[in-house]
Amino acid sequence: MRAIEEFEIPAPSRVNYLNAQYGLKSWLLTKDHKRIGLLYLASITFFFLIGGIYALMIRLELLTPQGDFLQSTTYNKVFTQHGIIMIFFFLIPSIPATLGNFLVPMMIGAKDLAFPRINLLSWYIFLLGGIVTIYALLVGGVDTGWTFYTPFSTTFSNSYVILTGVGIFINGFSSILTGLNFIVTIHTMRAPGMTWFRMPLFLWSHYATSLIMILGTPVIAITVLLLAFERASGVGIFNPALGGDPILFQHLFWFYSHPAVYIMVLPSMGVISELIANFSRKNIFGYGFVAFSSLAIAVFGFLVWGHHLFVTPQSVYAGMIFSVLSFAVAIPSAIKVFNWTATLYKSSIQYDTPMLFALGFIGLFTVGGMTGLFLASLATDVHLSDTYFVVAHFHYIMVGGALMGYLGGLHYWWPKITGRMYPEGWGRFSALVIFVGFNLTFLPQFVAGYLGMPRRYHAYPPEFQVFNVLSTAGASILGFGMLIPLIYFVWSMRYGRRAEANPWHLPGLEWRTPSPPPTENFEVTPIVTWEAYEFAPPEETEVVGKFRPELERS
Amino acid sequence: MVTHATTPEVHGHPALQHHFENMEQQREAGTLGMWVFLVTEIMFFGGMFLAYTLYRSSYPESFASASNHLDITLGAVNTGVLILSSFTMAMAVYFTQVGQRRPQILCLILTLILGLGFLGIKAVEYYDKYEDHLIPGTLIPGNPFNPAIQEEGQPLDHHKLHLLPGATVKQVELFYWIYFAMTGMHALHMIIGAGLLTYLIIFSMRGRFDPEYHSPVEVIGLYWHFVDIVWIFLFPLLYLLGRHFGH
Repeated sequence: MRAIEEFEIPAPSRVNYLNAQYGLKSWLLTKDHKRIGLLYLASITFFFLIGGIYALMIRLELLTPQGDFLQSTTYNKVFTQHGIIMIFFFLIPSIPATLGNFLVPMMIGAKDLAFPRINLLSWYIFLLGGIVTIYALLVGGVDTGWTFYTPFSTTFSNSYVILTGVGIFINGFSSILTGLNFIVTIHTMRAPGMTWFRMPLFLWSHYATSLIMILGTPVIAITVLLLAFERASGVGIFNPALGGDPILFQHLFWFYSHPAVYIMVLPSMGVISELIANFSRKNIFGYGFVAFSSLAIAVFGFLVWGHHLFVTPQSVYAGMIFSVLSFAVAIPSAIKVFNWTATLYKSSIQYDTPMLFALGFIGLFTVGGMTGLFLASLATDVHLSDTYFVVAHFHYIMVGGALMGYLGGLHYWWPKITGRMYPEGWGRFSALVIFVGFNLTFLPQFVAGYLGMPRRYHAYPPEFQVFNVLSTAGASILGFGMLIPLIYFVWSMRYGRRAEANPWHLPGLEWRTPSPPPTENFEVTPIVTWEAYEFAPPEETEVVGKFRPELERS
Repeated sequence: MVTHATTPEVHGHPALQHHFENMEQQREAGTLGMWVFLVTEIMFFGGMFLAYTLYRSSYPESFASASNHLDITLGAVNTGVLILSSFTMAMAVYFTQVGQRRPQILCLILTLILGLGFLGIKAVEYYDKYEDHLIPGTLIPGNPFNPAIQEEGQPLDHHKLHLLPGATVKQVELFYWIYFAMTGMHALHMIIGAGLLTYLIIFSMRGRFDPEYHSPVEVIGLYWHFVDIVWIFLFPLLYLLGRHFGH
């Protein structure tokens, strides 16, 4: 077998996956995982903008204590639709369907995902689900909250619950198919020499995410379907008139929707592992622990859903067990944070834009995770349940965690995806603006929530106004910060500096092929003879600063 | 120096897709893909099995009363039909692997006929329930849920529902909601399976499959067996549930 330094990067060929074919048809009928990743990127950016507009409307309404900008019914729809769009149509597909789609085959040295046609199908299903949902929003919207709690959603709500439910049901299949494709690809398509423990941690986290996608998503699919049929037929299994139990809906809903949080944050953790190791130029500390903590999070994530039901008539013993298990999830999460921090220790850190997002992630995710423990405690949860404390907590995980990782990863792989560099100065500026804006938006909400401000109301007592003014100001900064990358990413596709094959000088497989890559990713099937994050041969690092008698003698 | 890891001699089978190294890898991916898909199916049906378990333990008398009204003969016949279709499907996979095209096509057609037979019998059962006013809710117009109740001491009438002590009509409606949800979802899977079998039959007749390339038959076979197994669980849970009550 060959040694690592013998591996030659093929001379950049003029034909790559972007210019191999032109025209709308070559995109809409593509089976290339890289192009499908870009199709997803464009679609989720669209949904992100819609969800962002709803966020803006929420923050504008809450600027003043009176309900002056939106009526209460409109406000109910606005926060519901913000949640539905952001969760189902942005956060869940965000990293797996764009970066994952692009990188899973490249990182294992494969030509494509195992099922390219199913991959394209998943995008069309996503689009169909999105169109149905957007249609539901246009004809009147939905006001149940993204949680669709029964019996409000089945009996009392006068909004378009069935149509939205159908949109989410359809969209679920795109998630299932993506997860299925990743699992089969990672099992069967690895290049010669790419063993499980040579895989970049990005792949371990995507494997864990895929497990949640295939185990959880079918449950929300059947739950939403039963809900829609119940609403349509007038009776059903969640209906107390027949002896049904509305709380059963909450159990089924959170059986998916709690693990769904890990669908959002696990891929982001995978990105962060890549960024931390690569921008510290050091092998990750405790590779095995970081890899298995992803699987542990996926497994534990399925056993904690009951902490969303602490204030329902759920058995107190069940509540205690769910509380303990929820605390247990903190262990693998903390393993990751400590290992990342240990990786930084005595390394040569480069403060490029992706690394700034990664460092931001560590701080924000830690705050989000620690405040989660308040909510996992039976007693404090009663006080904090349904307050802005909860809202702040999950935004720290979903925005501070998932979105920061997504943006960091997008910057990091942008030269590989487009063959162009983004403007570094603007990148660092936007990372800073987003970090400041985010904290200004959500830190005050912890305080407001702790003092008792409930979520999901369009008006509130005047003593909470100071927190809401801070929050709205922060949201404006955050929104501005989000627009900067949107503009310079589009700009750089045409005017950015051309990127070489390996702009960051890294050992990963995806950097050993031209930027942008050819349609089949590699000119020849690579043979992997090195470990992940192998920056320097061991003998070279060992001699530094050591007494070597054989040199003295000569 | 760069070596080519592709093994050149297996290239050339017309069914080998460009991103796989060889037929073995392609078959492995297809089979694993179907197994993973079946895991999602288990979770999908699992939601309904959970609801069934919960309400059966809460309302045992009502569920037994409702279950006793299901047609056990038709249910048992259908179970036999499906097990037989699983056998013919397994034989179809075998004949594909050994490359005997005529028995392969025959077995696939037999499987399709048995599958359609199951759906026909199911339709008869559904119509009986419609006649007896046992369709829950208002989704199907015409016959709202309003079963005739069999009184104690009256001559036995199969169109009337015999309520055990402690049972209520509302909870019987809940049973029938779950019954139609579960068997309806199962029937939908059978219809999809029949479509897949039709595809297999057409492509078998064109000679698309051979011992080197038989993974579509194998993979759709896995799906077919899974749908059968769901019924193997549904039959005792729904039909045989009440047999030990009051008989």
